[in-house]
Amino acid sequence: MSTFAAVVLFAGVVAYAVLGGADYGAGFWDLTAGGAGRGARPRHLIDQTLAPVWEANHVWLIFCLVTLWTAFPAAFAAITTTLYLPLGLAVLGIVLRGTGFAFRKVVVRTEQQRVAGAAFAAASVITPLFLGAVAGALASGRVPAAGYGDPLHSWLTATSALGAVLAVLTCAFLAAVFLVAEARRRGEGELEAWFRRRARVVAAVTGAAALAGIAILRADAPRLFHQLLGPGLPLVLVSAGCGLAALLLPAAPPRLLQLLAVLAVAAVVLGWGVAQYPYLLGTHLPIGAAAAPGATLWALAVVASAAALLVLPAFALLFSLQQRGRLP
Amino acid sequence: MGDPWLGAPAVLAGGPSQLLPAREQMAFTLGFHIILVPFGVAFTFLMLLANYRGLRRGDADCLLLARRWSHVSAVLFAVGAVSGTVLSFELGLLWPGLMGRYGAAYGIPFAVEGLFFFLEAIFAAIYIYGWDRLPPWAHFWTGVPVVLSGIGGTLSVVAANAWMNRPGGITLRGGQVVAVRPLEVFFTGAFWYEALHMLLAAYIVAGFGVAGVYAAGQLRGRRDRYHRLGLAISFSVAAVASPAQILVGDVAAREVFRHEPVKFAAIEALTRTGTQVPERLGGVLVDGQLRYSLDVPSGASLLAGYRPSTRIRGLADFPADARPADHLVTVVHLAFDLMVGIGFALLALSAWFAWSWWRGRRIPEGRWLLRATAVSGALAVVALEAGWVVTEVGRQPWTVVGLLRTSDAVATSGNLWLFFAATLAIYAAVGAGTVLVLRLLSHRWRSRQVAAPGGAAGPGGPAGLGGAAGRGGPAGLGGTEPADSEVPYGPPADPGAAGGRA
Repeated sequence: MSTFAAVVLFAGVVAYAVLGGADYGAGFWDLTAGGAGRGARPRHLIDQTLAPVWEANHVWLIFCLVTLWTAFPAAFAAITTTLYLPLGLAVLGIVLRGTGFAFRKVVVRTEQQRVAGAAFAAASVITPLFLGAVAGALASGRVPAAGYGDPLHSWLTATSALGAVLAVLTCAFLAAVFLVAEARRRGEGELEAWFRRRARVVAAVTGAAALAGIAILRADAPRLFHQLLGPGLPLVLVSAGCGLAALLLPAAPPRLLQLLAVLAVAAVVLGWGVAQYPYLLGTHLPIGAAAAPGATLWALAVVASAAALLVLPAFALLFSLQQRGRLP
Repeated sequence: MGDPWLGAPAVLAGGPSQLLPAREQMAFTLGFHIILVPFGVAFTFLMLLANYRGLRRGDADCLLLARRWSHVSAVLFAVGAVSGTVLSFELGLLWPGLMGRYGAAYGIPFAVEGLFFFLEAIFAAIYIYGWDRLPPWAHFWTGVPVVLSGIGGTLSVVAANAWMNRPGGITLRGGQVVAVRPLEVFFTGAFWYEALHMLLAAYIVAGFGVAGVYAAGQLRGRRDRYHRLGLAISFSVAAVASPAQILVGDVAAREVFRHEPVKFAAIEALTRTGTQVPERLGGVLVDGQLRYSLDVPSGASLLAGYRPSTRIRGLADFPADARPADHLVTVVHLAFDLMVGIGFALLALSAWFAWSWWRGRRIPEGRWLLRATAVSGALAVVALEAGWVVTEVGRQPWTVVGLLRTSDAVATSGNLWLFFAATLAIYAAVGAGTVLVLRLLSHRWRSRQVAAPGGAAGPGGPAGLGGAAGRGGPAGLGGTEPADSEVPYGPPADPGAAGGRA
């Protein structure tokens, strides 16, 4: 039962990495789109694409939090008392990202849009940076089971740096690919090419970072390294293959590109999960030992089933309406 | 920026030094978020009422109200979503002792809430961005799950709070939660009255808040049908909820008397146990004596048990380390009086409104009534905040009554003052931004109403800027024009706006 709860938790992490990640990545392209004149068209597309979905995607983070603290309460407290710096900075980033985006939609004066847009875009880069550092700290087993680990050395590490860089890059990659599809749907050839170029560049950079990451993990997180090359290897290969395919098929249909990108990111996050198994924290807190009493896990299973029955179809409706242009 | 925050852990470690900033931050962020809650929960109901009426009677004014309200709720929903996320993080960052020890029970209502939050976010997006693009009635129905999940979400979160006041459904062994009975955790004795009380509060705040905006508009001379409808729809909802709230509040107070005697003593600022306890309005607790209060003989005893002989336990009956400190007692006592006072004032306002509607057979427009309505929204917010002060401060020194002290729940690492300072700065910007953006929307709509009723791309002026969006200027970021159009359910105002320059 505790393994099931861990699977539910990790499903939430994957969903947030892919869906929330694409939203953060859109902010990355917003930040780098250039001045008010040059960047207006990509920003407009980003704005229109993100508006109806970002809040729903954001709820995956809440889902991860509530699942973690309900199913594995002690692990949650251990994480927050150790990684409070990156988590605190990430949550302030989340506030700026969301409100900056919502405000920018309403204001019309260029200087006001600049302030709100800067908050949105900068926070869209900073937030995944810190969340990636948190993931790195967790993956390399830097959080002690009793919590209150070293507040700096737990996450100012090579693995956390890798996590942070990969988080920002994969977000940007996902977003570029999603926006290619969106530009195609709207018949905006120029914008499609604009995002295609960026998707390829960032795919190449992400690949290079992942290669460098192999060396980093070997030195800094040997267990993760061995597990990724052991049970996690198929997923790592799927991720690498999909990333490579996205890079080498410059004229692929947007839908295929999207599928490849989602698979590449989902597989690498899943790979982390498989590498971590059967531990929740490092090699010192097994999933079973960290779990809440059985009845709590059953209650969570009921909630997760209800979510599968209600929330997933609702998401399908939201995305299909968006794809059919029923939401501006 | 990490270093100063970190401070010198050796010096800063140890609970008490972190207790104050943690409590201040929790109070501030919860107090901020709670203002937005009614607009996520109940404002959407007002929006649907206007939408329904608009569709049913082909009333363009009602549809315009619904559409504009959906714009306002889009902004407030975003601010509410992120400020709610802060609270989730804070449960771990500020109160790891609570989550680590009792997450297995306390977390369950939040897991349920997550489900409702998903549905609310998804359908709110479909509703807000679905104007013009979905068939009118289908569009209306996409709003219904928003209202229902708002109710479900409120019940879930309040269930968690109720559990802190009257914990149950767990078995402890050696301080560890070893068994959990989820239904008992969710439906504690405090659940129904607390949840209903908050739900009604949400409808009252949203109702009077919106009514206040339209009353102020009418006082400034905008007495058209649009403004009168905006006032009537929102006021009616608040006026129905107000008397119900007095009844639920009365039940809640008696439940607190029976099951949370310390909190009740703090509410009454009662130090000595006794019968024929007077209801003491106002006052300050000084050296164990309530001074400067207005007393109603035997009032408290009558309210608590219907007869003067009802015995009420005083604070002195409880050990000093199991009840709120004197200055907190004063805070709880005054907050309660403020909440109840405002509750009755709003009830009187509702009666006044109903009476003059009945007398005049039309939506009332008396100047004094409008003036009172204009301030009613702010008063309702004050009452909401005061109510939360009563239940949260009145529970001190406990986080979970009888099980966990707040000083044991708080984080002992880092320097929370710096986190609090950063949060204050960002929230100040967000609060100011919210007010600015809402005013901007209001100005834009007003100038449009004056300049070009019925025209999406108004002739120049601020209204015209919206229409420029599709043309790729800097204003292109706006992207609000189709939904901003003045013709509800018409064809999209400017096809180029959505399709860009294709």
